[in-house]
Amino acid sequence: MIGGPHPMTPALYRVRSRRPDRVDTVTLTLEPLRGECPPFHPGQFTMLYAPGVGEIAVSISGRARSGGYTQTIRAVGAVSAALCGKRPGDVVGVRGPYGQGWGLRAAAGLDVVVAAGGLGLAPLRPLVRALLGDRCGRISVIVGSRAPDLLLYPGDLARWTRQGADVRVIVDHPDHAWRGPVGLVTRLIDRIVFEPRRTYAFVCGPEAMMRDTAAELVRRGVAPGRVELSLERNMKCAVARCGHCQFGPLFVCEDGPVLRYDRVAPMLAVPEL
Amino acid sequence: MVDRAPRLAVWKFASCDGCQLTFLDCEDELLSVAARVEIAYFLEASSAPGPGPYDLSLVEGSITTPEDLERIRHVRRVSKRLVTIGACATAGGIQALRDFADVKEFAAVVYARPDYIATLDRSTPVAAHVPVDFELRGCPPDRHQLLEVISAFLAGRRPVVPAHSVCVECKARGNACVMVAHGTPCLGPVTQAGCGALCPTFNRGCYGCFGPMESPNHASLNHWMRGLGMSTPELVRIYRTYHATTEPFRRAAEEAQESGEEE
Amino acid sequence: MDAVVIDSLEPLVDELRSRGYAVVGPVVRERVIRFEEIASADRLARGWTDVQEPGRYRLAEGAGEMVFSFAASPDSAKSYTQPPRQTLFRMRGEQIEEAEEDAPRVALLGVRACDLAAIAVQDRVFLGGRHPDPAYLRRRRALLLVAVNCAVPGGTCFCVSMHTGPRATTGFDLALTELAAPHRFVVETGSERGEQIVAALPRRPASAEDLAASAEVSRDAAEHMGRHVETEGIQERLSAHDSPRWTQVGARCLTCTNCTMVCPTCFCTTVEDATSFTDGTAERIERWDSCFTLDFSEVNGTPVRGSNAGRYRQWLTHKFSTWIDQFGMSGCVGCGRCITWCPVGIDVTEELANLP
Ligand code: SF4
Ligand code: SF4
Ligand code: SF4
Ligand code: SF4
Repeated sequence: MIGGPHPMTPALYRVRSRRPDRVDTVTLTLEPLRGECPPFHPGQFTMLYAPGVGEIAVSISGRARSGGYTQTIRAVGAVSAALCGKRPGDVVGVRGPYGQGWGLRAAAGLDVVVAAGGLGLAPLRPLVRALLGDRCGRISVIVGSRAPDLLLYPGDLARWTRQGADVRVIVDHPDHAWRGPVGLVTRLIDRIVFEPRRTYAFVCGPEAMMRDTAAELVRRGVAPGRVELSLERNMKCAVARCGHCQFGPLFVCEDGPVLRYDRVAPMLAVPEL
Repeated sequence: MVDRAPRLAVWKFASCDGCQLTFLDCEDELLSVAARVEIAYFLEASSAPGPGPYDLSLVEGSITTPEDLERIRHVRRVSKRLVTIGACATAGGIQALRDFADVKEFAAVVYARPDYIATLDRSTPVAAHVPVDFELRGCPPDRHQLLEVISAFLAGRRPVVPAHSVCVECKARGNACVMVAHGTPCLGPVTQAGCGALCPTFNRGCYGCFGPMESPNHASLNHWMRGLGMSTPELVRIYRTYHATTEPFRRAAEEAQESGEEE
Repeated sequence: MDAVVIDSLEPLVDELRSRGYAVVGPVVRERVIRFEEIASADRLARGWTDVQEPGRYRLAEGAGEMVFSFAASPDSAKSYTQPPRQTLFRMRGEQIEEAEEDAPRVALLGVRACDLAAIAVQDRVFLGGRHPDPAYLRRRRALLLVAVNCAVPGGTCFCVSMHTGPRATTGFDLALTELAAPHRFVVETGSERGEQIVAALPRRPASAEDLAASAEVSRDAAEHMGRHVETEGIQERLSAHDSPRWTQVGARCLTCTNCTMVCPTCFCTTVEDATSFTDGTAERIERWDSCFTLDFSEVNGTPVRGSNAGRYRQWLTHKFSTWIDQFGMSGCVGCGRCITWCPVGIDVTEELANLP
């Protein structure tokens, strides 16, 4: 039976806390005004609505102890800037969670490589937490950041190391204090230990970074069907009705955002698809 | 949000009074926000240059004299956001037709003491001189779009002023295409929306007053309009009304001329 | 209910109106057959026909007493199932309220087999997925469909290729076939609602000759398609992403969006935000959008499909190929609207034929 709220109507959530992460990035904790936060799967996203300004897709980066979603937003446009400007107590709209998340189960028993570029760490954060929580295989987390002070979630990275993950960071533009490696995240693939034929990889970042990382992993013998990417496309609805996020036959909002590399590699090679 | 009422200033440069009329036309709505916005007008170049600072400055008209140039720099300095309104401010407007003639000769005919007329060689859009936060097109601009720009500014939103073709509005309005149904030439496909497809709604072709849309393909349109019987001079003229110097339209007219000469 | 024959449309229009339906049918307005509300069958475009070709539409006289001797109008059921602009909700303070716009009862008189197929496609998009749209369902239920079997296909029609026409076989409340000498209509019913309406009309049972003549109308129409598309292997042909044809058609395409706007199945939308000057109420509006605009595919300030060729390829590929992957049916019903109403006469059937 079809009834209930319109798929484009958000539920109202209150900002419970706000944590500035970097100059242009904040993490909000959001709790519903009424009822519970629906469960989410790592890799899923919500549509966040800043009243009167607009709505954008933002991945869920975790669940707060209080039960709310934590979501990390970078101010790049009017809507994201308005969301970043929200204060504890303010009300925003939330639709979702939506989309296909990371294939956690497919990685069971395998070495895991998690590769993040910039804000791409946000949807990977709940994945790493889940991986560390329920398994004991090798986990490598490689993170590329434009500059040291733009690195996201440094506290989490340190904790994951303590919990046994091999966490490595590389930056593009080092400052005088930086002692770590410099360059693109693909360079870190050399430094981590994994058995390519029994490895599963999760990659999120700018499209070029994901393409290069996936290609590099495959070159080393990881099966293309064992590499997952999270694609970004224009999304107005997230429920496969606005048409904007189409990528060949896929609706990135419903068939993705997480997609297997063997499926999307041929499409990523087509310009303007 | 600012605690005090946002301060809005309206500045007039070289133009007819059309844009200003559009603005006055919006006053009903604006008065309802009188508590939220404080409005200052500077409609004569001679009137005291408001010292500011202003949260939003709306600028109408093009820059044609050295005094204008000084004044627009002042406006930029005292304004947090600067929005140009109308074809003159954003593209140079009908005054820009002077770019195609010799200004001095022109002045000699019109004025008794042409040497008194200090005039920049060209009529130029505001953005040629100072950074502009948003350009609202139209000759005159559409009332709803003007209100949207102000309202969006107050809400911290990107104004809903799409850069796509007039055809989008024409279809949303339920018009049958005049070019297809009547063979009437129409610039709608190469012109930016905003007017609500006013002319096609009254069975006329679009005149292009909102300027070029985001990806205008005038070569293809010109080819088709020639097939509908438009001559080279007609094609040149249709691109040289409101946006004569706006890049894609300037080229469209030139190419129409060239391909006309080839024939 | 068996087919019946009626001699006039007047009682039908009256009956629909008395049941509270606004009757919307084909009339002549500004030299085009348009669908608008009529108070009486007199208003219908009796005696008119149309001439359609790529980028050109002309009204012509000469259909005598025939009421439906023309092909697709630029209007389709889409304006009723999915209006060009709808308010989604309003929000003020901590209150949010869905707009729940009215779904007025409308009887669409004169929709064609391709239009019914297009409605079925839209039903699949808006009701058949994981997030069905209750507002669409309301509008859809309020719509009564009186189909007319095409007698005179237009120069840009190709429903036969797309297996959607010319005869209406499903998805209607009533289906009429107009017959000449003597002028009459064979009426078939497709729903209980339709049967109730027919039961209230002056009518007689359709004779074997009536039925044969009605079938002949569709047979003849099927033989006079203005255009043709080879659907065999169409998905493979449309996977030629790097064909030079895309650049060639891109050079002609105005990226004006007309094809997508007149297409009865194109469903794409965008959302606009507004705020009231007086009390700050925020409002979200959903309106028709098109893959031909740059904003449509914009990510972080850059459009994914910046070139005309890329945008044209998205349109053609979606309609005829990826739609099948997404919804299990073609996105094109062969109505020809996009061909006639493209301001520079770009013809999807020609573009498809030109692919390798
Ligand atoms: S009448 Fe003009 S604006 Fe309207 S659809 Fe046709 S070409 Fe476009
Ligand atoms: S693609 Fe063209 S012919 Fe096919 S349904 Fe749409 S408008 Fe009709
Ligand atoms: S062809 Fe374009 S506008 Fe039409 S449904 Fe497909 S993506 Fe949307
Ligand atoms: S194919 Fe024709 S109608 Fe469609 S966008 Fe291009 S020029 Fe416009």
